[in-house]
Amino acid sequence: MPDQKGNLGADMQRVNSELQSLADPSRHTEALDLRNASATQLQGYLKSMLVIRFVEEAIGDMVASREAVCPCHLGIGQEAVAVGVSTHLNAGDRVFGAHRSHAHYLALGGSVDALVAEILGKETGCSRGMGGSMHLYAPEVGFQGSVPIVAGTIPIAVGAALAIQLDCTPQVAVSYFGDGAAEEGVLHESLNFARVKNLPVLFVCENNFYSSHLDIVLRQPSDRVSRFADAHRVPVRVVEGNDVGAVAVAAGELIERARRGEGPGFLEAITYRWRGHVGADENIDVGVRRKLEDVLAWKRRDPIRRLADAMIARGVIDAAGYAALETQVRAVIGNAVMAARAAPYPAPETLLGRVYASNRVAP
Amino acid sequence: MTSYAAAIREAFFYLLKNHKECFCIGQGLWSPWYVGSSMQDLDKEFGKERVIDTPVSEWGVTGAAVGASLFGYRPIVIHPRMDFMLLATDPIVNQAAKWSHMLGGRVGAGVTIRGIVNRHGEQGAQHSQALHAWYAHIPGLRVVMPATARDARDLLIASALCDDPVLYIDDRDCYDLTEDLPPVVEMDLRREGPRILREGRDITLVGASYSTQLCLQAAQCLSQDGIEAEVVDVRVLNPLDNSAIVASVRKTGALVCVDGGWRNCGLAGEIIAGVCERLAPGEMKRTPGRITLPDAPAPTSKPLEQIYYPTAETVVAKVQSILSPN
Repeated sequence: MPDQKGNLGADMQRVNSELQSLADPSRHTEALDLRNASATQLQGYLKSMLVIRFVEEAIGDMVASREAVCPCHLGIGQEAVAVGVSTHLNAGDRVFGAHRSHAHYLALGGSVDALVAEILGKETGCSRGMGGSMHLYAPEVGFQGSVPIVAGTIPIAVGAALAIQLDCTPQVAVSYFGDGAAEEGVLHESLNFARVKNLPVLFVCENNFYSSHLDIVLRQPSDRVSRFADAHRVPVRVVEGNDVGAVAVAAGELIERARRGEGPGFLEAITYRWRGHVGADENIDVGVRRKLEDVLAWKRRDPIRRLADAMIARGVIDAAGYAALETQVRAVIGNAVMAARAAPYPAPETLLGRVYASNRVAP
Repeated sequence: MTSYAAAIREAFFYLLKNHKECFCIGQGLWSPWYVGSSMQDLDKEFGKERVIDTPVSEWGVTGAAVGASLFGYRPIVIHPRMDFMLLATDPIVNQAAKWSHMLGGRVGAGVTIRGIVNRHGEQGAQHSQALHAWYAHIPGLRVVMPATARDARDLLIASALCDDPVLYIDDRDCYDLTEDLPPVVEMDLRREGPRILREGRDITLVGASYSTQLCLQAAQCLSQDGIEAEVVDVRVLNPLDNSAIVASVRKTGALVCVDGGWRNCGLAGEIIAGVCERLAPGEMKRTPGRITLPDAPAPTSKPLEQIYYPTAETVVAKVQSILSPN
């Protein structure tokens, strides 16, 4: 436990962790157990995760060079969560994100071009250059919006599920948030309302142990966020969030329940962000207990490397094929960056012209 | 004759009957305790799926209504006291009001939020607030306040059918006003704004909701003394089109604003500023005046409450002091 000043010892482990090995970066570092996933599925996972990682690395470079100025919250290291969840989703589902949502958008198939353009504030961006990194929108793939107000989209996702229930259709709503959002009262309100109305919504908590600079040990009496869902009688799965297959299995169970009308579910995926809260750097020692050795240890639990190792071991892909895939993905991103640089900014009249949706002119 | 409260119920009835995308959600909708005759038995007529009573969760429930509004529904969230609506500030101010702009105009939250003001009755500081000026400050959030039974019905219908988020504020002090209502004609809220309720040549009185009624009462008293006041009802506080008010003051040369809220950074100050900056020097013949609540929370003690709330007599005295300064 922290001392009276809130400091943890340099070599302090999460001795009281309810998550146990899931919170220990020295565990779960081996190649993934691929279970019975098909080659096509695995190739889809790998490509999607590489797109997310390389896009975020490119964004990080643009942040570091000051070409991208809007606040960018990178989720490098957390790619498996969104990819595992999204494998069960389609364009009719209703997915909401938060401040760190590039992955949620991309895993659904959101346009790389439109994401990069949005971050540079261009009219060709997914929110027409009005939102930046924290306000993404791609309804054509089911991504219905993201905002940085912590927990702000949780009740909105519940409302999307209420609309589904009124429509009597087998869709689901998904709310992505972090461990910090569990400290907002509206998570409790939303779990309660979703359960009492039996709404088709999946709550996905990406527990990466940090809210901004502050370790969860200093913010909550337990590191297992899903205890709040237990209190509201919402079924819970806690998974190794850097194992895309494990995420997919658990998310699939909860999503299928919701589609059958059996009510909400709560997925807690344990993961870690390699970069800092915001911006391109790693945030070493900006807070309490985020040491370089922790970051290095978590990088050994890399969701992509472990997937690729297992795929190579099974013969689904070989080293040359993996290298070719990397090259292909990087080329797509390079083109997106060039297109975004060349794209126009929103015209001055858009400043007032988009305040009221009722005033929009049909394209 | 239809009362203001019954007119609100007629609007809900009309919306639920004619617009299947409308539903109502909020605390107390299955009980006459909270919203009284303004929503009585709607759940029995239209079902508890479309008239939803909720847990005590202002943020969560208002946020859920915002979420449903993104997918073809036109929810109306009811906050039986505006004071409690402050717990839902994020979904109203950060979310509903901003989604269109910050997502490039690609989507809008067509949610209506009904906030009810409860004045008088020794209810005190947290059961009686009129916070329209706060919300009217927010770009993207339309704010309407009906002063008459007809507007109570027709502005609620127009709010619900508008593609933007609308805060509709009704005032229990108006619930017993009655008038004969014509059949419903759906209005486009974007085209609604301040309206002259009484013509006059000597001074312009501007109010909103309950304070418009004070203006009308005062105008009647003043008329007996030969002063003909023009009364303009603001109706739509945001976005505010003050053209009708400016035109009226250009005619009368004098202006008093009566606001049911507080003074500092309030509606009355905004109206006066907007008129002054559009009139040429000399067009305003008299120093403009405003009547507001004192800058204090509402008291519960009877004699304090009596001096807290302005009356028609307060308005009459203010007009007399402006027109006859000595």
